[in-house]
Amino acid sequence: MYPFFYRPMFEVIEDGWHSFLPEQEFELYSSATSEWRLSYVNKEFAVCPSYPPIVIVPKAIDDEALRKVATFRHGGRFPVLSYYHKKNGMVIMRSGQPLTGTNGRRCKEDEKLINATLRAGKRGYIIDTRPLNVAQQARAKGGGFEQEAHYPQWRRIHKSIERYHILQESLIKLVEACNDQTHNMDRWLSRLEASNWLTHIKEILTTACLAAQCLDREGASILIHGTEGTDSTLQVTSLAQIILEPRSRTIRGFEALIEREWLQAGHPFQQRCAQSAYCNSKQKWESPVFLLFLDSVWQILRQFPCSFEFNENLLIMLFEHAYASQFGTFLGNNESERCKLKLQQKTMSLWSWVNRPSELSKFTNPLFEANNLVIWPSVAPQSLQLWEGIFLRWNRSSKYLDEAYEEMVNIIEYNKELQAKVNILRRQLAELETEDGMQESP
Amino acid sequence: MEHIRTPKVENVRLVDRISSKKAALGTLYLTATHVIFVENAPDTRKETWILHSQISTIEKQATTATGCPLLIRCKNFQLLQLIIPQERDCHDVYISLIRLARPVKYEELYCFSFNPKLDREEREQGWMLIDLSEEYQRMGLPNNYWQLSDVNRDYRVCDSYPTELYVPRTATAHIIVGSSKFRSRRRFPVLSYYHKDNHVSICRSSQPLSGFSARCLEDEQMLQAIRKASPGSDFIYVVDTRPKLNAMANRAAGKGYENEDNYSNIKFQFIGIENIHVMRNSLQKMLEVCELKSPSMSDFLWGLENSGWLRHIKAIMDAGIFIAKAVSEEGASVLVHCSDGWDRTAQVCSVASLLLDPHYRTLKGFMVLIEKDWISFGHKFNHRYGNLDGDPKEISPVIDQFIECVWQLMEQFPCAFEFNERFLIHIQHHIYSCQFGNFLCNSQKERQELKIQERTYSLWAHLWKNRGDYLNPLFRDDPSQTQGTLHLPTTPCNFMYKFWSGMYNRFEKGLQPRQSVTDYLMAVKEETQQLEEELEALEERLEKIQKVQLNRTQVKSKQSEPSRHSGFSTSDNSTANTPQDYSGNMKSFPSRSPSQGDEDSALILTQDNLKSSDPDLSANSDQESGVEDLSCRSPSGGECVPSEDSGKDRDSDEAVFLTA
Repeated sequence: MYPFFYRPMFEVIEDGWHSFLPEQEFELYSSATSEWRLSYVNKEFAVCPSYPPIVIVPKAIDDEALRKVATFRHGGRFPVLSYYHKKNGMVIMRSGQPLTGTNGRRCKEDEKLINATLRAGKRGYIIDTRPLNVAQQARAKGGGFEQEAHYPQWRRIHKSIERYHILQESLIKLVEACNDQTHNMDRWLSRLEASNWLTHIKEILTTACLAAQCLDREGASILIHGTEGTDSTLQVTSLAQIILEPRSRTIRGFEALIEREWLQAGHPFQQRCAQSAYCNSKQKWESPVFLLFLDSVWQILRQFPCSFEFNENLLIMLFEHAYASQFGTFLGNNESERCKLKLQQKTMSLWSWVNRPSELSKFTNPLFEANNLVIWPSVAPQSLQLWEGIFLRWNRSSKYLDEAYEEMVNIIEYNKELQAKVNILRRQLAELETEDGMQESP
Repeated sequence: MEHIRTPKVENVRLVDRISSKKAALGTLYLTATHVIFVENAPDTRKETWILHSQISTIEKQATTATGCPLLIRCKNFQLLQLIIPQERDCHDVYISLIRLARPVKYEELYCFSFNPKLDREEREQGWMLIDLSEEYQRMGLPNNYWQLSDVNRDYRVCDSYPTELYVPRTATAHIIVGSSKFRSRRRFPVLSYYHKDNHVSICRSSQPLSGFSARCLEDEQMLQAIRKASPGSDFIYVVDTRPKLNAMANRAAGKGYENEDNYSNIKFQFIGIENIHVMRNSLQKMLEVCELKSPSMSDFLWGLENSGWLRHIKAIMDAGIFIAKAVSEEGASVLVHCSDGWDRTAQVCSVASLLLDPHYRTLKGFMVLIEKDWISFGHKFNHRYGNLDGDPKEISPVIDQFIECVWQLMEQFPCAFEFNERFLIHIQHHIYSCQFGNFLCNSQKERQELKIQERTYSLWAHLWKNRGDYLNPLFRDDPSQTQGTLHLPTTPCNFMYKFWSGMYNRFEKGLQPRQSVTDYLMAVKEETQQLEEELEALEERLEKIQKVQLNRTQVKSKQSEPSRHSGFSTSDNSTANTPQDYSGNMKSFPSRSPSQGDEDSALILTQDNLKSSDPDLSANSDQESGVEDLSCRSPSGGECVPSEDSGKDRDSDEAVFLTA
């Protein structure tokens, strides 16, 4: 494959393979809390093949318990820390579905693990990304959901985020509608509607807002899972962080988020992003889960155009590289596979390329002003739009929009230039005046 | 006022449209001109002012345990839901408003009592700001081919036309009068826009009274005169903006369209824009969609499509594009008409002009355009926008559609317009508000008889005075977008047309983007200007001091002005860095808790910075919570609905995501 014989034509300033190490990420939390620890229980990928070697878990839970919990969760994906909300010490955890089966199996260690995140007398929320009936059906196949009886301190909320081929069909329909220029206005709207793409966006964003709200407003910890915990779960946990955490709206923080919540969390990029919208044969595992996430971020960015350090171009770039790239970053389905492929040695990391000043400037939002607040997007249909930058990219000229962007950059650059000049002059003047004063004083 | 049955009702609740749980308690006042709701909350005492003329419908709903709900729909798309405790009060308010919202004489309208504290001279100057004779001069008229005709002096030929009309030099009074007799309501072909680059014109008229076979020599001569007035082309287009079927149906009533066999060298073209009744229903349907409580994406898109609104917008745009292309690319003059030539014709002529001439994309040029194509040519503002009580079937959002077309173009050409979205919204607001005299009556003649200019004020002067609020920061004087014709994609593209939530949901602030790029850039530009001035001042002083030092003269130099300089970087930055629209939202941002109040406050703008020069609009600008009512329609089973809320003490606006 291309990434294996791609030789970069640029100088690597910082090796992206080491830009976002879990240990470093954990340090950001460890200053605020001592209730969590790094666990190396999955060092050999034996406990959970889709998890990274290092995960963050409650300090009170030892590795032995984790091994037991892993047997009770789908794919061995025991609950791990996804996000720590510094403001109130509450957390988002994610996992696979509990393997309760039809006979209501329970796992004391599992209960203990997630209860360890609750304050005395406080409740938590479990957000299951599947509708109740789907979760119930999952029991027949050995899966299931947390029973009230065994998790009395948790309230369960079911949402319905679609998965797999339903999303893929939605994408195919949308792209077809966008490429068909013959139909009239009404046909366009009904085809947009029939694709259901924006419905999926709305559902995902709503669930993420719900999670963020439980955390920030209710002051409750949250566990999020669907079935495997590798798709809709990650959409929700990562979007909730975009809403809650100002850092994830910076370029660096967003990259870290992708690294943590998508790559290391084991989103199977290889399976999901093999063909994109133009695949003839039905690929069983193909699904635009990551694209939906990027689109959702774009929707929030559109509503808060000054709160993100990056611009739309970064999202488009990530979309492209997730599907086809000269870099090794999105290869494989999880850390274990990437390890076996020796990607770190054999390929270049996308971040090595992106994080060079010359590239970064293309992805920097000129309107950015650090905003330390939680940003609550609107999820009303009137507030959600088709992401033209992706879907209409090849269907119409963006000349005038590009010009507008240029003009925006010019306005801001000129302002900064003047500000710098004024500051220099002020300083000069102040110096001269004190000199003057000194001459005068004797 | 004799129509006000009860001037004041207490303990009224104003229901928040987005999260229905919230309702503000306050007092409702009825005045001669406004409905005013003042909230009880002592810290805000927020006021909502609604002009009577903005009220579109009032609906009294079934009384519930909490009171009697009254739904007020406004023409500027505001929706007010009040709950009045007593049935009797509600009935009184209802009856009063029904009467107040439908004045029967012009003198009852707000503009006759509105007094912006300007003296007579200022008022007169205001009316002179937009001058159509100046505009025709700008177009290069009169010239060898076109002249000002006085045939309509004292409105003798056509009472819905202005007196100042440009016609081809070769069209004699005999031809004009003859032609006028062959045109519906005597609206004979006259010049609307002259494209001096290639001497091509856009003319307008009403439909010919051709029936099945009638013809009129003078009318045929009139069209020939128009063709001859643009020597570069051997034909003219005649564009009938109606659907062919409608035009044909008109023939039975002795009206109809031009027969190509009778007129030499015309190319006849139908462009199917629907009539005012279809448009009225379409808007109605779209507004129903906008009003839906937490609609699903499918509800919304399906409803939007079903309303047909964007299809109609596209039809109008297509017509405008067709004419602009005929003029600029084919160099052919165009005669546009519909039935009476005052609705669709006005829409299409003004869209085409806007595409062709960058002047109309400036602030002043846009006012001129509306003054010319709409006001002067007798668009029936009074009938269409229901200023006085009249036939509801005459009401139709004709100019609203034109305004939306402009917005759709602004979305495609962000640097091409000198004005911003707010400008369009405020114009729309004032077309209905009757606060200024510009849009009163149905024709120039009526306005003259009513002595509008002596008795009311001009909106254009008001907008011009506050033009700082209406500028598009991205507008560029030089580049391709602002010069010459705006070139739209050759294959008319459907994706171009989007739902304008900034207009139709504009009072639902929670649905709008929380930060406005326009306001941000405007603030940056303002700061840039201050910096430029400061830079100059600093350079001057620096030079002075250096001179002084060179001369070694002992001049006591003043300390730098601390008040201005020290605060500059912080205070001005906070203005520049926090877009205006956002500030309102910040105030009630759910993330604000007492503990973090300090860090937030830096981001909050004071009320003074709210960008709204318009008293009515700023009074309405709402400060919504940043939290959306997601009232998740998820099929979550009953067992997982969060219960046991009672133990908690929570704010009313909390946990709206949880209303599963």
